[in-house]
Amino acid sequence: MPTESAPHSWFRNRDGMGLWEGRGKVVATGVGVSPTERRWNERPETSMGALTIMAIRKAIEDAGISPDEIDGLVLTPDSTTGISNDPNTPPPDGWDKVFKMASFPQAGITRGDIDWILLNMPELKNVKFTMNGPTCMSVSFVTAAEAVARGLTKTCLVVRGWHNLAGRYYVGQGAAAQDTISGSQKYGAPWGVPACAPTAMIFQEYCERYGKNHDMMAPFVLNERRNGLMNPNGYYTQHRPEMLTVEDYLNARWIAKPANIFDNDLPIMAALAVVYTTPERAKDHKQKPVYILGHGQTRPESRVMPTLEEWERATDRMGRILYESSGIGPDDLSFENMYDGFTLFHQFHLEGIRFAARGEKRGYALDLYQTDISIEGPNPVSPSGGNNGNGRTRFWLHMDSILQLQGRSPSQIKKPAEFGVSGAHMPNYCDALIWSANPPV
Amino acid sequence: MPKQSPIPDGLDKPFYDACNEGRLVVQYCGNCRRFQFPPLPACSSCGQAAALTWRQVSGRGRIKSRVVVHDTPVTSLVPDQPFNVALIALEEEPGVVMLSHLPGTPVDEVPIGATVEVIFETTPATGQKVPEWRVVP
Repeated sequence: MPTESAPHSWFRNRDGMGLWEGRGKVVATGVGVSPTERRWNERPETSMGALTIMAIRKAIEDAGISPDEIDGLVLTPDSTTGISNDPNTPPPDGWDKVFKMASFPQAGITRGDIDWILLNMPELKNVKFTMNGPTCMSVSFVTAAEAVARGLTKTCLVVRGWHNLAGRYYVGQGAAAQDTISGSQKYGAPWGVPACAPTAMIFQEYCERYGKNHDMMAPFVLNERRNGLMNPNGYYTQHRPEMLTVEDYLNARWIAKPANIFDNDLPIMAALAVVYTTPERAKDHKQKPVYILGHGQTRPESRVMPTLEEWERATDRMGRILYESSGIGPDDLSFENMYDGFTLFHQFHLEGIRFAARGEKRGYALDLYQTDISIEGPNPVSPSGGNNGNGRTRFWLHMDSILQLQGRSPSQIKKPAEFGVSGAHMPNYCDALIWSANPPV
Repeated sequence: MPKQSPIPDGLDKPFYDACNEGRLVVQYCGNCRRFQFPPLPACSSCGQAAALTWRQVSGRGRIKSRVVVHDTPVTSLVPDQPFNVALIALEEEPGVVMLSHLPGTPVDEVPIGATVEVIFETTPATGQKVPEWRVVP
């Protein structure tokens, strides 16, 4: 039976909704992350599903609880790197000898599936509440927060896996290889823009409007790689532990100028699980609870391609909703872990939440990047290293926000970590949360 | 450049028929007094379908931004790399945007802010015409 997604009413997507009713009633404790790989080698034990099971078991162990205590599971089923959702593609030979099969043949391979997880994790015998958080793990983080706050689950897993098959996954593949095109893509696809081009186009306009340039992105990109290389779980630490230089970045090949290869994130295989519970139950967990104070959501307007104005409008709204929801303000933030994959839109998120703004509203982020944005400095930008410093998952940012506020991040900021923000993905299609080391007063 | 041929459907047939006749038409909501593109079954602002009509626009716009594509996903365009892609804001409503290869403009020399006018380019697979844009000298 298909798992449902949260109703629209659970999401805070407009001004004037006030403090979040669940503020301080939900905490994150345990965190588990799988090893990373660049691509799948078609062995069942290295599949996205296997990595997901590994991450869940680690998260439960990290929380110091029994699997019996888990009564909820929220999952992001989509895995958008490589083929997804094709029910006609059979699993590779030998798959059914290692895993029990769910009704969807690609479950555990190119798509996450709650039924598949429960079939293959018999220790999760008390799961009663299940829900999907489609598209992005940020949706699952918000969905699970609402579910715990509403009393639908007491101890809930938040889960996402990513797959990456051999070959380029959309260049010259599928619709891009055809000489005709149908559906909603036909209004833009014939012009041949790669995935990063809309971001590059808006970045270009941003630079024209505010007098900035692409070279000014170098300190941000290097900071991300540096922070990522501190994370023992990140792809670059595990497989390519080399620091980038300014010259590497400035001389990199263009994909859609002004976006180069380092402005694009690297598709990988990985999985994350996080344990949510109530503050009362967290007293029995091994890890310090991190409180969720509020959350917010934006969704795109209808266009062939988003515009600078739309992204500024959307991220401004996200900032307002987050602060209204949580009861804190931008000056309270100890760090920001907003999304970065593509690097060229991070500044929209950052400016929308007014991180380290000194009265500026727009056009200040690239100047901020020229100051000390390291974990040692006064304004830690993306201490997780994000997708760009760890590989594409859209989850490092949330994971690190929890670890920072527990005081155990491998890239721990040097000033006290009291409040943090993380959210993904696009500036006009984002779900974000405010996290706190302490309960709200 | 050999673009993919869009296949019209029931919703956007008036748009593509007009392209074949050398006219640019865009959906207009009489309730909200605004244009919208791409075509939708109802106005994205008020949700009304009945208030939508197709209106011919001037075919003039402004270059809002641009990129130079070096790694296109579309197979038929690979031989033309690198190429310009510009974002065109319509004169009637700058929030309505379309894409252009800016034929006649050298790669990486796109004059942001310049005025452009529509032309119609034939796509090879079906002969369907699509809007393209040229810088007004």
